[in-house]
Amino acid sequence: MTVDTMAAIRQTFFQECEEQLSEMEVGLLAMDEGNADSETVNAVFRAVHSIKGGAGAFKLTALVQFAHTFETALDFVRSGKLNPTAEVMKPMLRAADVLADLVEASRDGKEIDESSYAAIAADVKALTATEGAEEVEEAIDFQPTVIDFGLPDMAPEPIAAPVHEYRVSFTPRPELYANANEAVLVIRELSRLGQAETTCDASAVPDIDNIDPNGAYLSWTIKLSSEVAIEAVREVFEFVDGEADITIEADGQPEVSDDAIAALLAQALGSAPAAENDQPSNVTNVEEPTPADPVQSGAAASETASPPAQVAEAVKTVAVPAQTTIRVEFDRVDRLINLVGELVINQAMLSQRVIEANFAGSSSVVIGLEELEQLTREIQESVMAIRAQPVKPLFQRMSRIVREVADATSKQVRLKTDGEATEVDKTVVERLAEPLTHMIRNAVDHGIETPEERVAAGKSPEGNVRLSAAHRSGRIVIEISDDGAGINRPKVRASAIKKGLISPDAQLSDSDIDNLLFLPGFSTAATISSISGRGVGMDVVKRSILALGGRISISSRPGLGSTFSMSLPLTLAVLDGMAVSVAGQTLVVPLTAIVETLKPKKGEIHGIGADGRVMAIRNTFVPLIDVGTQLGFRDTPADPERSVAILVETDGGARNALLVDSIQDQRQVVIKSLEANYGTVSGIAAATILGDGRVALILDVDALVTRSFEGQLTAAARYGTEG
Amino acid sequence: MTQTILTVDDSRTMRDMLKMALAEAGFNVIQAVDGVHGLEVLQTSTPDVIVTDINMPKMDGFGLIEAVRKDSRYRRVPILVLTTESDVAKKTRAKEAGATGWIVKPFEPTKLIAAIRRVAA
Repeated sequence: MTVDTMAAIRQTFFQECEEQLSEMEVGLLAMDEGNADSETVNAVFRAVHSIKGGAGAFKLTALVQFAHTFETALDFVRSGKLNPTAEVMKPMLRAADVLADLVEASRDGKEIDESSYAAIAADVKALTATEGAEEVEEAIDFQPTVIDFGLPDMAPEPIAAPVHEYRVSFTPRPELYANANEAVLVIRELSRLGQAETTCDASAVPDIDNIDPNGAYLSWTIKLSSEVAIEAVREVFEFVDGEADITIEADGQPEVSDDAIAALLAQALGSAPAAENDQPSNVTNVEEPTPADPVQSGAAASETASPPAQVAEAVKTVAVPAQTTIRVEFDRVDRLINLVGELVINQAMLSQRVIEANFAGSSSVVIGLEELEQLTREIQESVMAIRAQPVKPLFQRMSRIVREVADATSKQVRLKTDGEATEVDKTVVERLAEPLTHMIRNAVDHGIETPEERVAAGKSPEGNVRLSAAHRSGRIVIEISDDGAGINRPKVRASAIKKGLISPDAQLSDSDIDNLLFLPGFSTAATISSISGRGVGMDVVKRSILALGGRISISSRPGLGSTFSMSLPLTLAVLDGMAVSVAGQTLVVPLTAIVETLKPKKGEIHGIGADGRVMAIRNTFVPLIDVGTQLGFRDTPADPERSVAILVETDGGARNALLVDSIQDQRQVVIKSLEANYGTVSGIAAATILGDGRVALILDVDALVTRSFEGQLTAAARYGTEG
Repeated sequence: MTQTILTVDDSRTMRDMLKMALAEAGFNVIQAVDGVHGLEVLQTSTPDVIVTDINMPKMDGFGLIEAVRKDSRYRRVPILVLTTESDVAKKTRAKEAGATGWIVKPFEPTKLIAAIRRVAA
């Protein structure tokens, strides 16, 4: 195989490993919950077995060895020798983590120090240590792969070897033919080893009336002159050993004197019952105890065979398509998404032209166009669905984080997940991993109390972290909640004052205090722990979520726990926005940022500072941002009374009013990257193409607000004005 | 005449490896992902040799071999099972089900081809 194909297969292997690790994790967690039905255990076993198989092909020894240890333990569970109790499942789950690490290290060409997981390997091994026989099997399992098939290769002697005279007698039994072996092929292969003289004995053929079509009546004697060793001769009969009477005499000697070779052979040919039953010295002279009677051997076969009804049933399920997925490169999907985006824009432009052409509503052009519009939307949704992925793999990773942090902090924590099948754009899933990991760490490290504290508070020693996903009004909502102590508000407040984030006399509601967690540079942990305090605060989490077009909120009840709730768009390719006019330009404000739209009245606008303005909305003052001047569309501020104020919510729930000339409508727009097509513009998130073919800019509300207030107001003042 | 090999394995990695090795040796390769799918493929294709994994979902290798041997069309089609060193007992069981021979994983392409040539007429 070429290097390229091997590299491609290697890639496939690691992709498949990901799937198998995920399947394994699901199964193990189910087992941990007490659902260890045979299908679940089998699936876990198969996953680990497959990883081992593939790893062997790429000579990933450490991975093979660990997978083998793990697999052996799973096989014990599978065969009922080991009960998947909590004590058994704990090392199993840790082993799953190690296996995942080893896969990752192998993929990246890194080495993991064996000592780092030796303890877990030993724990898993201990699960199967009850049976002394295991050790023996272990020894056989790890024979170097040379033994695999090595005999023909080992056979040719490097130096001119002496010629041996073999006399082989070969009497096939009916099962040889029943298993689709062919005596002729075996003899032919034997003949290739040297000079052969074959004699066929047909004396056992009965008269025509008594011939059984499935019977075996012929036997052969082959005289072979060859340089090969006896093992190579024996090797020819590897597949038919046990299905024929075979005797091999070498140089007139019916016995092999070298026990070591014979032992090696017996091991390599392991499966054949003959090799197990017979002493090594009998290898050359096998007197098979197997009955020659086909009826009897048939009975033996049916003993292990599935009942016919069962087979028939299995065959019936054939109608179910076995392959339900295909693999497509992401580039291709993205190209398709782009094209569909263009289609949507084109369709919008066409609609505009038709409107301009004043066709009657009942005309076939308008009706046809409506159908096209419907179809375009459906195509768009279908294409978006291709990129959609369930959050399941992401959630699965979190259970590992919970285990690790719980172990490191000596806490007992159980992760419950919900709605894992909920789908969202692949990029969203990918970019959620980091913030989610951080929040899960926080929940266990800061949220959940120690078992002692929990018991003292009248709770069960085991804490719960719940991770859920659900679709809600065209968005995905992900919640992380814990039943821990809740946010310690006096401590948060004190810390924020100490860090100069708020003034000591700031009037803050409970929710305001909770939101302080999202401010840059905030950390509640008295000592920065190695687990959560990695210099990454909740502000980074928040920024990641916002960058995805999402929002995050927090709610907490002292003594009962906290809930972080994130709402994210299902796709990053389209956006629900409000089209507005500013100085003759069309801009799009993301709908998610908009709280409400207002018509400013006289007396509601107040000047503040040199050129700052605020707007009074229901007894609070909200900074007013003139979008036109802010983006440089015009020099003089717009007259608020002839404009529209859009109340938007940003960082930490802070509210601002954006002043625009008028609102056009609400629409779904296809996002076109500004960075990729032009360059980064502060205050602008992206662009889109309108129905009339013009480019419209999509506002980055957060950046626009930051830009307008840069250096002007502290967080404290903002919180103060908001009330 | 080009011989056709049906490979049955739930592992994509293994299917890919088998396909590469067999195609390079000049065989025509058809694939199935488990025993049930294997039987389905056999409804429309007649391979010269079947190479099957043992541990598979839906229907394992033993089930497949038994079902194939019950079908008169395939009574004499050689079936090789993919096993590992640790599957000693499985070779015996596969033989009882009607397997012709075996291939030990991790296989080397030359060994794979040798095993197929040994059983294919």
